[in-house]
Parts: sequence; structure tokens; C-alpha cells
Amino acid sequence: MVADFLREIRPECGGTAVANTIGTAGMCGWLDRENDVSGFIRRLCALVMGLVLVGPALGHAQDDPFAGLAGSGFDDIRRGVETLATAAPPQAAATILALQAGALFAGADGGLFIKAGDGFVDARTGKAVAVPEGVKAVRVNNGVRRAIEAAMGGLTLFSPDPVVRRSAAEAVLKSRDAAALPALTRAIAAEKDEGIRGVMQQARAAAVLATADATQAERIAAVGVLRARGDLDARAMLASLTDQPAAVREAAAVAVVAIDRMVQLWGLAQGVFYGLSLGSVLLLAAAGLAITFGVMGIINMAHGEMVMIGAYTTFAVQEVIRARAPWLFEASLFIAVPVAFMVSGAVGVAIERGLLRFLYGRPLETLLATWGVSLALQQTVRSLFGASNRDVGTPAWMSGATQWGGLTITYNRLVIVVFAVLVVAALMAALRYTALGLRMRAVTQNRRMAASMGIRTPWVDAMTFGLGSGVAGMAGVALSQIDNVSPNLGQGYIIDSFMVVVFGGVGNLWGTVVSAMTLGIVNKFLEPLAGAVLGKIVVLVLLILFIQRKPRGMFPIKGRAVEA
Amino acid sequence: MTRASVILCLAAILGGAALVAAGNASGLVPTYVVSLIGKYLCFAILALAVDLVWGFAGILSLGHAAFFALGGYAMGMYLMRQIGTRGVYGNPVLPDFMVFLNYKALPWTWYGFDNPLFAILMALAVPGVLAWVFGWFAFRSRVSGVYLSIITQAMTYALLLAFFRNDMGFGGNNGLTDFKDIFGYPLQSDGVRRGLFIASAVVLAGALIVARSVVTSRFGKVLIAMRDAESRTRFLGYRPERYKLFVFVLSAVMAGIGGALYVPQVGIINPSEFAPGNSIEAVIWVAVGGRGTLVGAILGAILVNAGKTYLTGAMPEIWLFALGALFIGVTLLLPHGIVGLFGKREARKS
Repeated sequence: MVADFLREIRPECGGTAVANTIGTAGMCGWLDRENDVSGFIRRLCALVMGLVLVGPALGHAQDDPFAGLAGSGFDDIRRGVETLATAAPPQAAATILALQAGALFAGADGGLFIKAGDGFVDARTGKAVAVPEGVKAVRVNNGVRRAIEAAMGGLTLFSPDPVVRRSAAEAVLKSRDAAALPALTRAIAAEKDEGIRGVMQQARAAAVLATADATQAERIAAVGVLRARGDLDARAMLASLTDQPAAVREAAAVAVVAIDRMVQLWGLAQGVFYGLSLGSVLLLAAAGLAITFGVMGIINMAHGEMVMIGAYTTFAVQEVIRARAPWLFEASLFIAVPVAFMVSGAVGVAIERGLLRFLYGRPLETLLATWGVSLALQQTVRSLFGASNRDVGTPAWMSGATQWGGLTITYNRLVIVVFAVLVVAALMAALRYTALGLRMRAVTQNRRMAASMGIRTPWVDAMTFGLGSGVAGMAGVALSQIDNVSPNLGQGYIIDSFMVVVFGGVGNLWGTVVSAMTLGIVNKFLEPLAGAVLGKIVVLVLLILFIQRKPRGMFPIKGRAVEA
Repeated sequence: MTRASVILCLAAILGGAALVAAGNASGLVPTYVVSLIGKYLCFAILALAVDLVWGFAGILSLGHAAFFALGGYAMGMYLMRQIGTRGVYGNPVLPDFMVFLNYKALPWTWYGFDNPLFAILMALAVPGVLAWVFGWFAFRSRVSGVYLSIITQAMTYALLLAFFRNDMGFGGNNGLTDFKDIFGYPLQSDGVRRGLFIASAVVLAGALIVARSVVTSRFGKVLIAMRDAESRTRFLGYRPERYKLFVFVLSAVMAGIGGALYVPQVGIINPSEFAPGNSIEAVIWVAVGGRGTLVGAILGAILVNAGKTYLTGAMPEIWLFALGALFIGVTLLLPHGIVGLFGKREARKS
């Protein structure tokens, strides 16, 4: 009750009449006797007493929160800063900032002026004034600087900029400054933004727990507010509550356990998100291979290079856009996706027509020949674009991150997850509903029968391989956002892609999806246990063992069609 | 692979080696050339190992360079221990990189490697045991064809990642290097270089004899039958997995010996030897020379590597194009390799 009262009067105490301040001082003494005094109140008393003592010397002391700044000693100035911050008149922030910057000048009559460029403005009114005679810069020492910092924390709570208000509230929350309590209370009342008010209330809860004069009910309510925040800052704060009444400590302990559980759950969810994100990358890289290897049975060791060509196509598209139409840059990826599909697809068709059609039925020779193609493609790109990494820009809408509960979701990862889903959905639709897809399935199931029905099987082969390569090219657009675009880009994905396809079951697109996501999540959950590299090794070894147990993968296609 | 061609090849290896060594002793052939050819001979041993499994058992291993590298690491560890107090930090027990990484004692994996016989035994045993374990699982569950190729590639990739880790205690990224002595003789001296070269030639000749006696034996006939018609061989009562396992382990041991001879001659072993590309390159040596001919594997390894040395020196940007074209050209135009060009009748017979 007393605390509430003090909280209410404190904003005014710097500027109230002497009688009032003496009254407050008297009450402080009374509180002293009650043996219930926190540092806050002691500081308040000292402040008030100081004002009372210096008050008569300064003309404006009774009703002017600026007065202390014109005082002569560092102590006066320090108290002046605190007074000003507590009263928070419109010019307070500018004045204190000027003091911090050494641009505040005091006249002999208590006038305060801020040097702005060549002229001066009156600190109290913010209006320009003529250069006053005989002004001296207000000096600061470390004590004053500390007061300035604390004051700015409170003052920025009233900033018109919501970002500043939020970060000020977060700063108060972290500092657990009981002195900020009155400012916080007023800020909460004034705050319009729901989210910022929440942070302010949490900051206030932290401050309440740090004061000595809050009631037990208030403390427990504060514990509840912090528990609702539920992050590691709140946990640290609650765990450090040792000098509290037993009931509060108990509530805090319960809250810590609850927060731990929540943090664990959010950590799990975060792991799943990272896993899905890695899984989407694997899926994108493997989706094209699921067509060329899974459906056609071609061991395309140049598959990674199709991805790499897609990434370089993105780079080339962005270069053109930068040179010709910079305003299109935000849309560059949307333009790059179809272009990369066409470029990689065309390269794929060329490989199929020029090389692979002579090697059907000889899978191991195909493997060697396509490895040769991959070397040649790498060297071609190296000759054209140079051996170093090329810089592919990220559009503004893909950069940044959002906080969703305890989840941090970076937009580029999110976009890749969505993109992977779209690509696979489009691929499945193409296989199922288009004329080409129908022919593809017919040719894979029974080539000679399909040929007898009038399907041009060589054309279907070329188109299928082109489709798989084109999908790899689209994957390259996505990977250019998260990986280094270098001639070796594809090398890093080729083994993973094959593992994904084989693990999922050859010829089964759903299997590829499940397998990519499984591998992504397993990998991400092994990482904290074993480290990134060791985790990957473990996954590889597990995969090798798995394939030896079930050579046809998780979801083998049943029936005679796959008899080798 | 007639008797005549094998004898011709043996004579060429041993005679050529003797000539080069004599030339070096009399100052006509510089020592670096001797070591370079010695390196080719080690690659030829690896190619022979690949040909044994791919040419005769139909197992396209894309991870054979891993066995080669493991043999090399065993030898490298011995050579590291030989450095003794001459390292930068002068620690009598710990190699330099361990001192640098704050190791207090030698990891158990390094025990015994101060003994050359133990190191040589390990150069054979480690690849052999890995091949046995890997093959036992793979062949028993009838993983074959491209699936086997993919998992062998995954194996070497996993080893690549593992050996890159500093925590493994094998020198991490930098590998093992800065060797001083072998069997008590200074590694840099011309005599030791010559000796290693001659040893490589002799081992290659021995490997060729062993490989040939395996594939021409009754065992080899079953192997070839299995390569061409596995199910039929199985129905005749043979157990293909046992035959495959034996030849796979033999081949891995052979590759390990090649690696053990390779390391002292090039003076370094690092994880990049495990790179999947190296294994695939070894396969192309065999394809260039002629798959299933043994002699062709040796020829292919030496020719391709000589070409690589020349091209990477003269026109580095051309090398990958040339290698890529070699892969494509050989598979499209030369299915029986260079040896196939000469022995047309023989190629038809096999």
C-alpha cells in the first residue's frame, strides 16, 4: 500500500512544493522506523532531501524539474537527471541527451540551453534563443553518466517509436531495475500497442520482484507474468529469486519447472522445424533424381551439376536484372525459377539425346559417363564464371526472421520449405494428370507395349530426363539462397540425393518425400548430440546398414515391374 | 588376358623398373621422376584391385580409394612415429599435430605403430576387415548393381568426413606429413626413393601374379559365371556371397598395400584421398585400359595418370575436360578399353 502510494507520488516529488517534499521526507523516516526500506526508497529520500537542501539556492526548484541540472556539484546534477527523468516533461529526453553529448549549458540564473549547431535552444521550452551571456557547459562524471543511462531507459519507454519502446521495455526487464517501476506503471497506462504493453508488464513484474515493499500477492502475480513469458531470461530471473517469501519462492520454482518444460517443447519444435528445413533442401535436391533415377533407372552422376546450373542461372538472371531493370530485383527469384527449369532441362535433354540413349541397359557405364559429364560441366562453369563463389542476392522479403512463440523461423528457410512442397506437388500432378506424365508411366511400366501403342518412347525418355533435370535446376534456385554458389555446389548434394532416393524406395515419389524429411529431422536431432559432422557420419552409416537390410528402401514398389 | 600378355606385362614392369632405377643410380633419371613413376605404380596396384572386383565379380565399387587411403594412413602413422624428437615441438612420443591439439597421451588407435611390422600388418588388416564387414552385410542381403555402388560411395564419403575431424586423432584436415625416416633410413635420400620405387614395381608384379592365379583358377571361373549370371550360378549350388566376399576382401587388401607404398613416395596423406571422386577415377583407369583384363588396368592407371601429370602442369583448365571426355569416350566408344583394341579375339571369348 505504501509502495503504491510512493509509486504515485514519486513522479511529482522532484517538482512538488517544499512542504510536500518535507512531508515525504518525514514519511520516509517513518518507513525507516518500520524497518521496511528498500534501496529505492532510500534513494528517493536522499533525492528529496537533497532537493530540499539545494532548493532555496535555485530559483525554480519548487516547480521546475530541470532545476537540478543547473546545480553546481556533480551530486546536484545527478539528482537533477533523476528528477527530470521521473517528471518526464516533453523536453526531458532531448535535455538529457544533450547533457550526455556535452551540449547542455547552464546560465548563472539557472537557465538551461542546448547547443544546436551554431545557435542555442532553451532546454525547458525547446525554442531557439539568443546566445546567452556567460553560460558554462554542464559537466558530467561517472555517477552522472550512470544516472543518464538509467534515465534514458525510463524515458525511452515513452518514445513515439514503438521499436524504441519495445527495446526499452526489454532493457528494463533485463536490468530488473526497481527504480523504473513508476515510469513503467505510467508507460503501461499510456501504451496502446498490445505486444509492447505485454513486454512492459513483464518488465514491471521483474521490477516488482526486485523491490522490497511489494506484497506477497503482488509478487506471486509477478511470478505468474514472468512464467507466461516463458523464455530463458524469465527463467533466469525466477531461478534467482532467493530472498523472497517462501510462497513466492515456491511459485517461482513451479514456474521454473513449467518454463523448462515449455522451453524443452519449443526446443523440440525448433528441432523439427530445422529438420523439416534440412529435409526440404534434401527433398529439392533429390526430387529431380527421383524422376531420373527412380522412374527411369538412370544413374545420373551429373545430377548435382544440374542443381549447380540452376544456381548459376539464378546468378545470371540477377545480373541481368541488376543491369537492366533493378526495380525487378525483388521478383528475381520468381523469374529465375522457370528460367532455371528451362536451362537445366535443356542441358538434361542434350545429355539424354547425345549420350545416355546409347547406354540404356548398362547402368554402370551410364554412371561413369555421367560422372564424366559432371566433370566437364563443372569445368565449363568454372571457365565461364570463375572458380570463386558468386554472390546471389536475397530479396528483402526472404531475409529476416519471425518469432512464433518460442520458435525462431527464418524466412528463407520457410520459403524453401514452401517451395519444396510446391515443387513436389507440381511434379506429382505432372506425373498424374498430364499427357506426358501418362506416357512416362506407360513407358516405365512396359516400354515395348507403350511403343506398340504408338508412344514415341525416345521422345518420352528425353522429356522425362529433361523434367528431372529441370526440377534439379529449380532446386538450384532455392539452394543458391542458402549455399555457396560455386562450381562444386552440386558435388555436395549428389551422395545425399542418391541416399534419399534409395532410402525412400526407388520409383516412389512419396517415399522420397518421407525419406528426405526423416533424414533431415534425424540429422538435426543428432547434431546437438554428436556434432554436425559426426551426426552426418552416423546418418550415413545408419543408411548403409538400412540399405543392406532393405535394399529396396522404405517403400518398395511391389510387383513384377521392379524385378531386376 | 593370355599367359603371353601377362608375362609381357610382368617383364615390362620389372624390366622398366630396373632400367629406371639403374638410370637414376647413374644420374640419368632425376629422382623426382622415379618417385612419380613409383606413384603411378601404386595407382596401378589400386587399379588392379578395382579390376579384380569390377572386371571379374561385377562389383562396381565406388569406394576403393578408401581402402587405398586406409593403407596409406597406417603407413603414415608409422612414419609419423619415426619422426620422434625431430618434430617442431620435439615431443618424443606425440606427433606435432597432437601437441598442437593439446593431446596429453597417445590415443589407443596409435598404439603399436612405432613398429614397422605392425604398421604393415595394419595396412593390410584395416582395409581387409572393413571390406569384410561391409561385404558381409552387403552381399548377404544381395545388395548388388548400382545400389552397391551407391553405398560404397557413401562409405568412402563417411570416412572422408570422419578423417576431416580433428577429434579422430589422425591429423584432421592436414593429414599426416613431414616424414623423416623409413625403417631407419632417411626418406629423402635417392637410395630410399629408388628402393621404394623398386618395391612398388615388385609388389605390383606380385599382385598381378596373385590376381591372375585367382581369376584363372576354378574359383575365378565361378566368379566369372556369377558376374554374368548370378541367379543361375546360385541355382547350380554355389554361394555367390562367399565368392564375392573373398574377392572383395582380397581386393581391399591389395588396395591397402598400394596405399602403404604410395604414402612414403608422395610424402603426405590427407583426408582428400577419401574423396568419392578418387574412387571413381580409379574405375575409369580400369575402363580405359580394359575391364576384366588385369593388364589393361595397369596400363590404364599408368597412361591416365601420366596424362594427368602432363595436362595439370601444361594446361590445368583442360584437365577436367580431358578426364570428362575420357569417361564419356571410353564408355561410348571403347567398351573393352585399350587392351580390347588389340586382343579382339580374346575380348569376344570372354
